[in-house]
Amino acid sequence: MSHAHAGSHAASVETQPDVYTNPVWRYLVHAATIVDLELRKLRRDPSELIMRAVQPALWLLVFGQAFGRLRAVPTGGVPYLAFLTPGILAQSVTFISIFYGIAIIWERDMGILQKYLATPMRRSALVLGKQLGASTRAISQAVVILVLSWLVGVRLHVGWNVIAVLILVILGAAFFAGMSMVLAALLKTRERMMGIGQVITMPLFFSSNALYPISIMPAWLKVVATINPMTYLVDGLRGLLLGTGTHAVWADALILAFAGTLMLALASYLFPRRLAG
Amino acid sequence: MSQGDHPPMSDSVVVEGLSKRFGAYQAVDDVSFRTQAGECFGLLGPNGAGKSTTIKMLATLLRPDAGRALVAGFDVVAEPQRVRSAIGYVPQMLSVNSALTGYENLVICARLQGLRPRARKVRIDEVITMLGLEDAAHRLVRTYSGGMVRRLEIGQAILHRPKVLFLDEPTVGLDPVARQSVWEHIERLRRDYGMTVFLTTHYMEEAESLCSRIAIMSRGRVAALGTLAELRDRVGNPEATLNEIFVHFAGQFQHEGGLRDVSRTRRIARRLG
Repeated sequence: MSHAHAGSHAASVETQPDVYTNPVWRYLVHAATIVDLELRKLRRDPSELIMRAVQPALWLLVFGQAFGRLRAVPTGGVPYLAFLTPGILAQSVTFISIFYGIAIIWERDMGILQKYLATPMRRSALVLGKQLGASTRAISQAVVILVLSWLVGVRLHVGWNVIAVLILVILGAAFFAGMSMVLAALLKTRERMMGIGQVITMPLFFSSNALYPISIMPAWLKVVATINPMTYLVDGLRGLLLGTGTHAVWADALILAFAGTLMLALASYLFPRRLAG
Repeated sequence: MSQGDHPPMSDSVVVEGLSKRFGAYQAVDDVSFRTQAGECFGLLGPNGAGKSTTIKMLATLLRPDAGRALVAGFDVVAEPQRVRSAIGYVPQMLSVNSALTGYENLVICARLQGLRPRARKVRIDEVITMLGLEDAAHRLVRTYSGGMVRRLEIGQAILHRPKVLFLDEPTVGLDPVARQSVWEHIERLRRDYGMTVFLTTHYMEEAESLCSRIAIMSRGRVAALGTLAELRDRVGNPEATLNEIFVHFAGQFQHEGGLRDVSRTRRIARRLG
């Protein structure tokens, strides 16, 4: 084993022919590696995705069918089930992302997170990779819900705009996963994360425009709905799939992208300080 | 085992007055030592003595409250990215993805360490051969034995040929046979690659069989430091066991760790077994 003597070791470090030297490229490779890791885990065990599809299915099949008969909600001229579909899509994206922080705490308890943090990967590349990993889960949910809604007779505008729908889904999931990671860094235990997840998911849902338009809300709820990022996800999806959005789709996308970037920055700041030890 | 085949070239880890406090608890208290390049250096002490906290500060995971530490010539606070490129770190807990194959675990780590595809493949194959994981490489890690998991973890940490390899309790929870095999692999790495191996342990035999120099830690402080022969000399008994040496310098080998340490050790042992 004389070839592996200290001399060759020093040479490989000095010339560095084996490692990425462009920092931007290296950053992207790192983020993509984390996404890849999430995809590999998902491919081995897709049961979570299947179970997660049950709840949105119930909302569409049971709640949507029954509530739609009331014709009580001003939907802007579309059937209630069609009005509801982007809302359920957004809900599904939110819920699958909001518990994402639990996985981070689990990885920390396992020592996996510490091992990653001891590599030259930038902290923000880890967070970005995790955000986009959540996005890939959300995309699979989106596909399931779009197919499901078509099966129950909802006719959405579906064509090339599906690409824009997926971009919105990616941005929405990245924001909520980022928020979840910020919470994980602050709360540090799985039990507290489960608790906070239960506490905030329903209020997020009901204080958004997912089930009913903002126009029918009381004044105080309108304020909450306006600062609730889920509202912009629903609005953008409605704009694309039904043509009945309140804001321009690009404005919704911009707001989600900004909120997601804010969470990326916050989580990258908090992670090494609160979860590395 | 001796450090004879690699003469000390420079100090690979320099620690001066390092301290870390968690709330009211002083985990590491004014610790200083140096390790020579290519040696195996051991931090020995009971649970709760401050070993893991020290190693986490050196691996840039925790920020020291006071003092200074250089790893491979880089300051852990001022140049953490350079330190991270020069080290491998194996945490105390089992840090592999059991839903992935051993090979996949290695690929992920190789990418995070910045290795380009061609070098990645060469290094991964080399590590798999070196750690005797050829037959298991494409199996899911959840089918591995405890000793194989530990070897895989060490493999993940050496793909980029670090100058310093940090091992936090590398054989905790392993049975004696698996422990012996992990020791042999650690010793080979040090010998073949000239890596500095820095480990923490509370097993006397581990420190005795692997480490050329030992720092005895107790209650966050270094109670004694030297080669086994030097420590025996200072005790005044050339036959002294490491246990006797420990009692001499640190009072008694008391377990200072609380419930958390014990339950963690049991959890690791359960997952390994």
